[in-house]
Amino acid sequence: MITLTVNGTTHTLDVDPETPLLYALRNDLALNGAKFGCGLGQCGACTVLIDDRPAFSCLVPIASLVGRKIRTIEGLGTAEQPGAVPAAFEAEQAAQCGYCIAGMIMRTQALLERNNRPTEAEVRSQLAPNLCRCGTHMRILRAVRRAAVAMGGGVQESSP
Amino acid sequence: MTGLGRRRFLTDGALVMAFTISGRALAQEAMELPPLAGDLQKYPFLDSWIRIDADGRITVFTGKAELGQGLKTALLQVAADELSVSPAAIDLVTADTGRTPDEGVTAGSHSMQDSGMAILNAAANVRGLLTDTAAWRFACAIDDVELQDGLAYGPNGQTLGYGDLAASLSLHAVAKPDAPRRSKGRRLIGENVGRVDIPAKVSGGASYVQDMRLPGMLHARVVRGPSDGTRLKPADFEQIAKMPGIDRVVRDGRFVAILAAKEWDAVKALRHVQAAGWERPSPDLPAADMRDALQKLPARDVPIFEYPGPPAPAGATKVTARYSRPLLMHGSIGPSCAVARWDNDNLTVWTHSQGVGPLRKALADLLHLSPDKVRCIHVEGSGCYGHNGADDVAADAALAARAVPGRPVKLQWTREQEHGWEPLGSAMVVELRAALGADRRIKAWWHEVWSNAHNGRPVTAGGLLAGAEVEPPFPPQIPKPIPMPEGGGHRNANPLYALSNAAGIYHFVESAPVRVSALRSLGAHMNIFAIESFVDEVAGTAGMDPVDFRLVHLQDERARAVVEMAANRFGWARRRKGGNGRGSGFGFARYKNLGAYCAIALEITVDERTGRIAVRRAVAAVDSGEAISPDGIRNQVEGAIVQSLSWTTMEQVTLDTVHRTSFDWSAYPILRFPGVPESVEVHVIDRPGEPFLGTGEAGQGPTAAALANAVSDAIGLRLRDMPLTPARIKAALRS
Repeated sequence: MITLTVNGTTHTLDVDPETPLLYALRNDLALNGAKFGCGLGQCGACTVLIDDRPAFSCLVPIASLVGRKIRTIEGLGTAEQPGAVPAAFEAEQAAQCGYCIAGMIMRTQALLERNNRPTEAEVRSQLAPNLCRCGTHMRILRAVRRAAVAMGGGVQESSP
Repeated sequence: MTGLGRRRFLTDGALVMAFTISGRALAQEAMELPPLAGDLQKYPFLDSWIRIDADGRITVFTGKAELGQGLKTALLQVAADELSVSPAAIDLVTADTGRTPDEGVTAGSHSMQDSGMAILNAAANVRGLLTDTAAWRFACAIDDVELQDGLAYGPNGQTLGYGDLAASLSLHAVAKPDAPRRSKGRRLIGENVGRVDIPAKVSGGASYVQDMRLPGMLHARVVRGPSDGTRLKPADFEQIAKMPGIDRVVRDGRFVAILAAKEWDAVKALRHVQAAGWERPSPDLPAADMRDALQKLPARDVPIFEYPGPPAPAGATKVTARYSRPLLMHGSIGPSCAVARWDNDNLTVWTHSQGVGPLRKALADLLHLSPDKVRCIHVEGSGCYGHNGADDVAADAALAARAVPGRPVKLQWTREQEHGWEPLGSAMVVELRAALGADRRIKAWWHEVWSNAHNGRPVTAGGLLAGAEVEPPFPPQIPKPIPMPEGGGHRNANPLYALSNAAGIYHFVESAPVRVSALRSLGAHMNIFAIESFVDEVAGTAGMDPVDFRLVHLQDERARAVVEMAANRFGWARRRKGGNGRGSGFGFARYKNLGAYCAIALEITVDERTGRIAVRRAVAAVDSGEAISPDGIRNQVEGAIVQSLSWTTMEQVTLDTVHRTSFDWSAYPILRFPGVPESVEVHVIDRPGEPFLGTGEAGQGPTAAALANAVSDAIGLRLRDMPLTPARIKAALRS
């Protein structure tokens, strides 16, 4: 039995301790947000927050997560009452297929909680681990700028 | 018909209400009328598209699928606008062989042209019938009836609900080709309505086939070698079936799937099987770079176009160039996935296939079932950008589900399987020749293109990976060139410029040593890259500005308008002179010469030390006909620009003699955030009343050419082979 704390709730799961967190979230806890993209830590579709830092949930075995705080997009609000970051993504219509978007939102959440006044270059570099194939990047960047303002800060222009 | 007006329409509507006429008779009658809009021509009955319950709830049906491009929202806008209701009053049912018209494959930027126009005109017909029925019930003139938010209003304040009206008329009526669109009231068309699918996607709602969890569902992985043309060495499947948590191993010939109650157990078992190693039973691959093989393989020559004209004058300047593109990958972020359930010899498959109708036929073939025993229901997947593993994984899931009747099976491909087995976008070579007159006009034009097929979509079991693995195996589908005007490898090989003494030929290379099929925009990406690069080269020979040179050869007013708008908004005339690593480039095309018009200008810098390109600005203008959602159009074009920059500057599938070596994102890198443009602007030219034109593939070709033209402007050297990588740029600068 493994005890996991996800979005503030503690769950006891009968799962192989080597199971990557992603499978426990999706199958045992029925959370859709974190996505399977590669299982290799290359694309960021599975990004969640572990102790407030972005992590590839496809790689982290659940045995290593006892006593740690896991957050997924489901913890940021609902479709009706979204948190600041998901609300900014919706306002900017920052999705095409949307498969990467939960991961993008979680990485943005981690970035802006740590620093709500990042530079544009910092935003681009922080989001680099996450892939989008539809080419929604420009909208995602707009959503990050909007979310930074909503969280009391703002993205600063980088010096050229 | 216009002269007959609405009274005649009422009579016809009443006729349909009063008598039962066989569908065949009505369909025959429809055949004699002018063509109906879009796919309404194929499915002329209104109730194929729109139904209204007695309680007034409206359901709209489309055979097209949401591929993450906002189709659902756009179709809801069209229907809601014409029926004077809010989009929330409509349930939209998308591609489902059990419920919707078979509109073939959702591809080629066809959805708004085929399904959007059908739904628009069906809704105009339904609006007419509701109005006529209300007028009859109110005993008033048709013009005195107003429809709004599900109610018909009469001249004296009487009201009747749509449900009440619909109950007294039949929508099983053949559409009229000239049903007038509504002319009054608030319009939803042209509004930026928020996409209906986004709230769930930003909150962890169930949005994709990957998110389906059915009671009793098993998880499955399919067993394959590392890439197409390979297979795993035999493993001890008896032992695999006994591994902890494994429900069973399903085998049919060489097809193998591992089923488990817990997904991670299936993953572990697959890794165990893969440890046995692999082999290549197929012949070795002919070349690491397919471009080198393409012009040596036997080809069928297909004429593309021939515009007669006087021969080029003796003094004309001749310009020639050869361009090429490598194999490209679709690279969906979510590997392909499907859920299947087998009940009493009936198969249901939930799939992100682009074509539920063709997939149903192929699955029926594979499983020796009658097609009416197979139902394919579209559920969104990760963006596909053409024919990826969606159909193959549906077949894999179906074969697995057949072994466990009554239990749903979700089969998820691995990342390495998607990279290794998805059909690739063909490598291509284009050679262009032109003659330039002393008057700086093009006097002759010759286009040759070499390519494998761009359509390997399954219509039989032989088009599915599993079809070659089951016992007995099915013969592979033989690829055929897609005819013009849409074309496959020759898509957009006929420039929209006013040319005479011009011709093109498509060398269709049937033998494909690697698996290839439709990648977004098919040959258009390459043909437009080549044509629009070459136009710049010829303009350079003529000593003319590239945009001016395009305009003197463009007569189509809508084409001229997008070129002028992109140039103006970019500030083309005032642009900084190219050189010293800074340059500007332009590209234009009308997709397929039938779809959206798109012009793109780019400003870039090239670091001559590292060869790295940075895109400073992208400015696009697009004309998609009547713009339903300007923001949806902008989203598509922004995406096309970024995706095409990735294709054009970074991407190339690599091979050795035995397999693909682009097995994951480390071996097949795509553009990440630090490499995207600093800014992208898209300007939409709205054409109210003009037919909807698909937008999803309009920007890829123009972007590729604009990039190459900007590089040439920046470093004074022409790069004609994609991808325009730092290594190629540095090599060009050294030579």
